[in-house]
Amino acid sequence: MGKKGSSWFSGIKTAILAVTVGLLVSIAVPFSVFAADPSGAETLAQNPQAPIDYVWVLVCGFLVFFMQAGFAMVEAGFCRAKNATNLMAKNTIDFVSASLIFMAVGFALMMGNDYHGLIGTSGWFLRGEDYDVGKYLMFFWQLVFAGTAATIVSGAVAERLKFKAYFLYSIAVIAVIYPLYGHWVWGGGWLSKLAFGVGHVDFAGSGVVHTIGGFVGLAGAIVLGPRFGKFGKDGKPKAIPGHSITLAALGTFILWFGWFGFNPGSTFSAHQLRIAVIAVNTNLAAAAGATVAILLVFMKTKKWDVGMMLNGCLAGLVAITAPCAWVEAWAAVAIGAIAGALVVLGVYFWEARGVDDPVGAVSVHGINGVWGLISVGLFADGTYGLGTTDAPLVKGLFYGGGYGQLIAQVIGAAVCVTWAFSLGFIIFKLMNKYFGVRVAPEEELKGLDILEHGTPAYPNFYTTNQN
Amino acid sequence: MKKIEAVIRVEKLEEITNVLETLGYPGMMVTHIEGHGRQKGLVEQFRGREFRVNFLPKIKIEIIAKDSEADKIVKTISKIAKTGEIGDGKIFISSINDVVRIRTGEQGDIAV
Repeated sequence: MGKKGSSWFSGIKTAILAVTVGLLVSIAVPFSVFAADPSGAETLAQNPQAPIDYVWVLVCGFLVFFMQAGFAMVEAGFCRAKNATNLMAKNTIDFVSASLIFMAVGFALMMGNDYHGLIGTSGWFLRGEDYDVGKYLMFFWQLVFAGTAATIVSGAVAERLKFKAYFLYSIAVIAVIYPLYGHWVWGGGWLSKLAFGVGHVDFAGSGVVHTIGGFVGLAGAIVLGPRFGKFGKDGKPKAIPGHSITLAALGTFILWFGWFGFNPGSTFSAHQLRIAVIAVNTNLAAAAGATVAILLVFMKTKKWDVGMMLNGCLAGLVAITAPCAWVEAWAAVAIGAIAGALVVLGVYFWEARGVDDPVGAVSVHGINGVWGLISVGLFADGTYGLGTTDAPLVKGLFYGGGYGQLIAQVIGAAVCVTWAFSLGFIIFKLMNKYFGVRVAPEEELKGLDILEHGTPAYPNFYTTNQN
Repeated sequence: MKKIEAVIRVEKLEEITNVLETLGYPGMMVTHIEGHGRQKGLVEQFRGREFRVNFLPKIKIEIIAKDSEADKIVKTISKIAKTGEIGDGKIFISSINDVVRIRTGEQGDIAV
């Protein structure tokens, strides 16, 4: 116990140290200086149209926040009852640490004043110039996105990762992995300035949010190894059925609903009437993804597989996230349909390679995040620009835009995968070296709920340890 | 006195209960069980992968009856529980030595 306690304590000490250093840096800004507009009065005087945009962005942001509930329900439903408490704990703690860490350092690294296209350098602790209604609006929006990226990983590492490891991972992803890549694409960094097409673009975050989450998840799943019982002695993958398709379906509907904030809200302005196109595209891709996924599995097993249909729906949503503002309806259907096929192939692909991803997060978010980025370079039709109707307009290969945009998209996707996977791998490996990221075998068999948290999720019900 | 243990399909419980009550045999114990007979389990599917379920949900009814009534109860249960398909279940009949009604202390047939 002493050893366990002290290593945990050193983790807390590191976190406290980091926060203290950050505060000291930010204290260079005198407490009395408010050069910006903290009350909003000036902003409103200069732009009487501002309220509609603020309400639009905030309401969409609240919808994106609600996706946390969607992820929690999908993951709980696809996993066993004996680990449901642990999944609720992880899905809560990642948004908790995202909120605090993103306020302290993440937002500054991502959206602060650009330093050589690599990193943001201002706005620590939302102080000084950043104590401003516009900056706080942008912070809230970027925060709910960061929280989404963080929470994707809990599905891929479910049912065997220590809570402590997840807590520390969530700090690392919000303090480093997410904001730096986010800066390169959305913060005026080098990827957005690539000399191909209009530069690398990712409208609502197929790459920044989903590919990052998916491939950090892959790294975690690889370092952890598969759950007991996932692969037979002959190495063949086995199904470990989740405990509630009802919860998984509810979670999928919540995510689908939340995506109507995620994508249309990414205009960051209600004056961009393109929001109607974005909402329609978002919905069509989800429908096409679900259709293809359920049909593909039906061809294989002659059963209407609901779990895979739910995954297919989410795959379509992930894929349309990057191109949603730049394509028309038929293209959204095509992008979603391909996503539905990719998620089915992805699930079998990773299983065949001995990777255990209990909810399919790597295939849904990782693979389809990459597909979403690439699809911009193919299907963008040149009717809309970078969050504005003005030039430069985004145009892909199929609409006579040539290969430029496609190349920019492939470069961005390759950087995203490499960055997320290698940093994720290093973080999980380091934690594994210092305290071991996987729970003890007897704990895994009994379930994480009672031994990690002392709280079974369903105390008055009989739960089985079968599988 | 006999103990009748009938393992039946889950969906047959309600009908058996109703018929036995109309025939005047209200006392029974019911347990939700899992198990398999010679037919073994069945194949289910989760997110694109099939898996075998070894134990199927069944209902076990236990009835304690007077010797004279046991036969009729067994026949009634058999008739209702039968579909003719594999998995209809089984009925086990055994003799028991005594019965005590706790409230009154009565023993034997009168306590059944």
